Amino acid sequence: MASAGETARQAERKQIRGRWLLSAPALVIIFVAAIGPLFVMLAYSFMVKGDYGDVKPGQYSLDGWFSVFFQRDIFDDTVTFADAHLSIIWRSLRLSVITTLATLVLGFPTAYFIATRPRHTREVWVFLVTIPFWTNLLIRAFAMQQVIRNEGILNSLLRATGIIDQPLQIMYTDWAILFGMVYVYLPLMVLPLYASMEKLDFRLVEAGYDLYASRLAVLRRIIIPLVKPGIVAGSILVFIPSLGAYVIPRVLGGGKNLMLGNLIELQFGAGRNWPLGAALSIALMAIVMVALLFYVRNAARSGAQHG
Amino acid sequence: MASRPHFDIRRQPGFVAIALFTFAVLYLPIATLVAYAFNASDSVTVWGGLSLRWFVEASRNAAVQDAAWRSFVIATSAATVATIAATMAAIATTRTPPYRGLGFKYAFINQPLMVPEIVTAVALLIVFSRIKVWTGYSGLGYLILAHTAFCIPFAYLPIRARLESMDSSLERAAADLYATPWRAFRRVTLPLLRPGIIAGFMLAFVISLDDVVITEFVKSGGQDTLPTYMLGQIRREVTPEVNAIATAFLALSVLLVTVFFVINRKKA
Repeated sequence: MASAGETARQAERKQIRGRWLLSAPALVIIFVAAIGPLFVMLAYSFMVKGDYGDVKPGQYSLDGWFSVFFQRDIFDDTVTFADAHLSIIWRSLRLSVITTLATLVLGFPTAYFIATRPRHTREVWVFLVTIPFWTNLLIRAFAMQQVIRNEGILNSLLRATGIIDQPLQIMYTDWAILFGMVYVYLPLMVLPLYASMEKLDFRLVEAGYDLYASRLAVLRRIIIPLVKPGIVAGSILVFIPSLGAYVIPRVLGGGKNLMLGNLIELQFGAGRNWPLGAALSIALMAIVMVALLFYVRNAARSGAQHG
Repeated sequence: MASRPHFDIRRQPGFVAIALFTFAVLYLPIATLVAYAFNASDSVTVWGGLSLRWFVEASRNAAVQDAAWRSFVIATSAATVATIAATMAAIATTRTPPYRGLGFKYAFINQPLMVPEIVTAVALLIVFSRIKVWTGYSGLGYLILAHTAFCIPFAYLPIRARLESMDSSLERAAADLYATPWRAFRRVTLPLLRPGIIAGFMLAFVISLDDVVITEFVKSGGQDTLPTYMLGQIRREVTPEVNAIATAFLALSVLLVTVFFVINRKKA
């Protein structure tokens, strides 16, 4: 009997080894072209910047991390906050939060609308949300540019209706970035919201009305708590790419209204400060990881509640 | 409910209006972009009547042809390699009792989805620029490798979903009939898995075709793909030619996504 157990365990071990071999190509490719470089970048953030970009090999310093938050005066060595960086980080956080809230305000009723359609038409509405989602991000940013620029249809419309007589300068402002991000990331809010609303048990809503709840009370006390996992998932899915946005601020924000993604790019281009760029990238990744961790914990908790 | 027969419990005031507004917001910009692609005039601001002029000009533009071909080569190579690697990984991570390292594999394979693209892009820039100097090679290989990596999770998802919904009794029957593991895989598993593999390939293909950020940072001089070419054009002056390219691109994406939906629906 002992030997039978032994061979079974051996067979199992062999099978697991086979499974590692089978997954090896995927793991190796992702390591070489995604995970590995992140570690190299972490090392770069602790190195001395080269005179024309890159780093000086073998020399280490904390300057990259230091200059994320502070700057040193060239003449008298006084240390002050790096206002330029901090204001860009602040703008990124602010715009991302507003984008998340705006997509929630638009996306929640939209998802509810889809979930309350007759079963056979729901698929069509979901498909209508999916199409823009799969459309190239750059093309969507460019499309938004054509709507909001001074001669665009938004301004033409507002002028034709006599609301304004001078075109609103929206392009190259924070508003342009905001419009672009809300437009681009809306599907990421609607889809997970819809996924949890589809499962909504309307008998609970009915019970609420039977107990003389108002529509607002039903929404606040019954519907929103039940679809909370969808709200959290959608918010995370919108917040994370907003924070790392690069294409949208570049196309709509112009050269002055940078976000974190553009500040990072700048360090690898004209700024020639790779350690700072690397440190900023790691910092961005850290914020994203915290957001994801929050999501995972929240998902686990609500899973424990319902399961 | 008999006492209030017309009371709709599903209604929430204003929700329908906001939903319709949202759909308008989702489609208005794309509609504008497409409309101006058919503009006969030289600018995107003045409407000069319907014409296919800019589609013709774009298709004759050597830089556009070049970029389109490069996009196609990269997307095809990356999606093929990613689909093969993802299929193998999916077989290795489904229909198995949990073993040590399984969770690690999931995290590893999905990692490209978790990290902001700009972060991966600059990390690749750091590493590849070094390697380019060391080896002297600056061909398309870097772009294909980078695209393959971020395509793997997208190819993996539908393939894994398909595998998990598959009945393993047919494969066991094949084994009972003395089929070698390879033969059982070729003749039983693979045909059953085909819809998942096709879906995975298409998803990977679209993701690679769409990529802007990583391509922009990894490409060497003269290696524009269609999206990075458009990015460069948008920065300069804009003629309806960019609209025409974008519209053609859009049509292709919509086509692929529609086919993807149809395949997936047949499965269900």
